[in-house]
Amino acid sequence: MRVVILGSTRGMGRALARLMAERGDRLFLLGRDSEVLAKTARDLEVRAGSGLQIGIGICDLEQPQSLGPALAEADATLGGFDCVVVTAGIFASQAELENDPEATRRILEVDFVRTIEFCEEARRRLLTGGGGTLCVFSSVAGERGRKPVILYGAAKAGLSTYLEGLDHKFRRQGLVTVCVKPGFVKTGMTAGHKPPPFAGEPNAVARRVLRAIDRGTPVVYAPGAWRWIMLVIRHLPRTVMRRIGF
Amino acid sequence: MQTSDETLQGWGGTRAAGIEIRSDDLPSITRGAVLTRGLGRSYGDSALPPPGTHQIPGCALADRILSFDSSTGVLRAEAGLSIEEIQRVFLPRNWSFPVLPGTQFVTLGGAVGADIHGKNHHIDGTIGNHINEMLLRLADDSLIRCSRKENDDLFRATLGGMGLTGHILEVEVTLKRIPSPWIWAESERVTGIDAFIEALADAARSWPYTAGWMDALVRGDNLGRGILIRGRWAGASEAPARPPRPKRRLSVPFTFPGWVLNSLSVRAFNNFYFHKHPRRAKRGIAHPESFFHPLDVVRRWNLIYGRRGFTQHQCVLPEKERPGATKRYLEALTAGGLGSFLCVIKDCGSEGEGLLSFPRPGISIAVDLPMRARTQEIVNELNERVLEAGGRIYLAKDALSSAEHFQAMESRLEEFQAVRRRWDPEGRLRSAQSVRLLGDPA
Ligand SMILES: Cc1cc2nc3c(=O)[nH]c(=O)nc-3n(C[C@H](O)[C@H](O)[C@H](O)COP(=O)(O)OP(=O)(O)OC[C@H]3O[C@@H](n4cnc5c(N)ncnc54)[C@H](O)[C@@H]3O)c2cc1C
Repeated sequence: MRVVILGSTRGMGRALARLMAERGDRLFLLGRDSEVLAKTARDLEVRAGSGLQIGIGICDLEQPQSLGPALAEADATLGGFDCVVVTAGIFASQAELENDPEATRRILEVDFVRTIEFCEEARRRLLTGGGGTLCVFSSVAGERGRKPVILYGAAKAGLSTYLEGLDHKFRRQGLVTVCVKPGFVKTGMTAGHKPPPFAGEPNAVARRVLRAIDRGTPVVYAPGAWRWIMLVIRHLPRTVMRRIGF
Repeated sequence: MQTSDETLQGWGGTRAAGIEIRSDDLPSITRGAVLTRGLGRSYGDSALPPPGTHQIPGCALADRILSFDSSTGVLRAEAGLSIEEIQRVFLPRNWSFPVLPGTQFVTLGGAVGADIHGKNHHIDGTIGNHINEMLLRLADDSLIRCSRKENDDLFRATLGGMGLTGHILEVEVTLKRIPSPWIWAESERVTGIDAFIEALADAARSWPYTAGWMDALVRGDNLGRGILIRGRWAGASEAPARPPRPKRRLSVPFTFPGWVLNSLSVRAFNNFYFHKHPRRAKRGIAHPESFFHPLDVVRRWNLIYGRRGFTQHQCVLPEKERPGATKRYLEALTAGGLGSFLCVIKDCGSEGEGLLSFPRPGISIAVDLPMRARTQEIVNELNERVLEAGGRIYLAKDALSSAEHFQAMESRLEEFQAVRRRWDPEGRLRSAQSVRLLGDPA
């Protein structure tokens, strides 16, 4: 499989890229910092041990003009691709954003607008190539409006809805959409936040996501326990939601 | 973001207030920090912050391989890369980590910090022998390389220096070429401590990997009976065709109630374990994981010791100079009457370069002791025996030794402290253990 990954340098994206490299997938890494990308590529090349080089290209969700050319470069290097993974995104809690309009605009733009622009670009290319898989990391935070993550959750809710729409419309034409909804995962992004019960490890999450990509599962909760937690949360009456600190 | 009632623990359950910050960006989280943690597999307080320090960085997420030379086996990686991961990636390519401790859930940083030893210590020495270079963050936040050629005093103090000389960011280590990723293993019963010491010395002459498990509860003639284990990497022609696969792991689901482990149950287990082994030697091809890390099969096995936890007492006794020291140590242990589930014996080779490295020529014994009212007393008693024998204890396992005992055992301490003062004149880098044993300010 030829895979383009936006966000492979850290956390869950890194863990997923390692699994893919080790099983022989051909990768092209997109990200902001060429030095970090090169280090990541080197790590993946040693782990893959196949002697194959891993391509890298600059793509920054805060720089809209970088999105199209980045995918074009990946396309040219790999000779077309079968899968695009997006794990990039930024996180901030409601407390951090509430009195910071600049940061608020940034999180909405990166996690919603730009991510979707990137996905649209990827969708067109995948469909031109006869189909493939678009796997995007959204979040359980998008399932209900929750006090600690109102803005982040809203951006992810929009993203999840977009991905569901894509899946309904294009699956018949060969474009499979996989929407990953991670709960709390112990990565660098959550460093310093106290892990709740059911917090996941990046490797376990990566294994689950890879299975979902291979099978074309449209929605995957990771770690798996969140599927049941969210089943409950989605059905909680608003009055209860309002009262609990969840 | 965090509350002050959070606690960090050593593997044996020693606790300290504080939290661990993990990030894949180790250079940024080590800035201004007093100590870095690995996977927390040291038993006591080596990887716990000193009183008053609330958060310390953990290196486990910084685990990128930076380069690997497949002709020489030279591996360069970030300090958080674990031995488990190294073995998973490189064993199938016929390279192994050169020194394997009893658990594989150890980071490169932790391996260097404790200058770990393995079943091959009599031949290959500690991991320090196989380290070429390190990148450190010093107490003043500057970055510095050290090796045998460059800043060699810092290099030697960092091997076995328990994180007290600087934060290790990158490590370069030479892996060991192996003929196949399998082990040829043999084991046999040994009937007493004198026979054990002899059998270990005997095995050391022709086997690269040796160690023994001992029943530390029987007294009298049977004192020190146990099972001797020896092994070597299997040749390519002996190896099964199928490449090694990691096994399915069990996990202890919760902390056991304290009464589960008492001297009766431990005695029964030890008896069972000894007699389960056939009278004649067992030999055959083994998976390296079960040969080197038998305890890893059960994740979180430390929880069977209950909430109070346990400690390990590991020492090395120079038998050549003062024969009978091992026997006197075991007698003190059985007289204490506290059950030890696990007692591992090993003969060590020559002393390493690290200024505080643990092993030196002699017999190393490691015993697990559940935390009870009398445990402190027993550890004191055991340390007296160690002092008498001219031996020393292993800091990575220690939780209860006194500063007096430790300092009396450690003739190299002044040299180590001098190197620390040189690179960290303000004495910033500290751990709960260095406060307890080296008299660092809290
Ligand atoms: C079941 C079991 C069996 C064991 N068997 C053996 C054995 O056979 N031989 C042996 O030698 N040891 C053995 N050990 C001990 C173990 O190898 C050491 O405690 C090792 O240091 C643990 O590594 P860690 O990554 O968990 O480090 P931690 O326990 O987290 O840290 C250990 C020390 O290293 C320092 N450190 C960690 N990372 C860094 C860094 N990046 N920079 C600077 N300092 C750092 C810490 O400050 C601390 O002082 C065993 C432990 C267990 C639990």
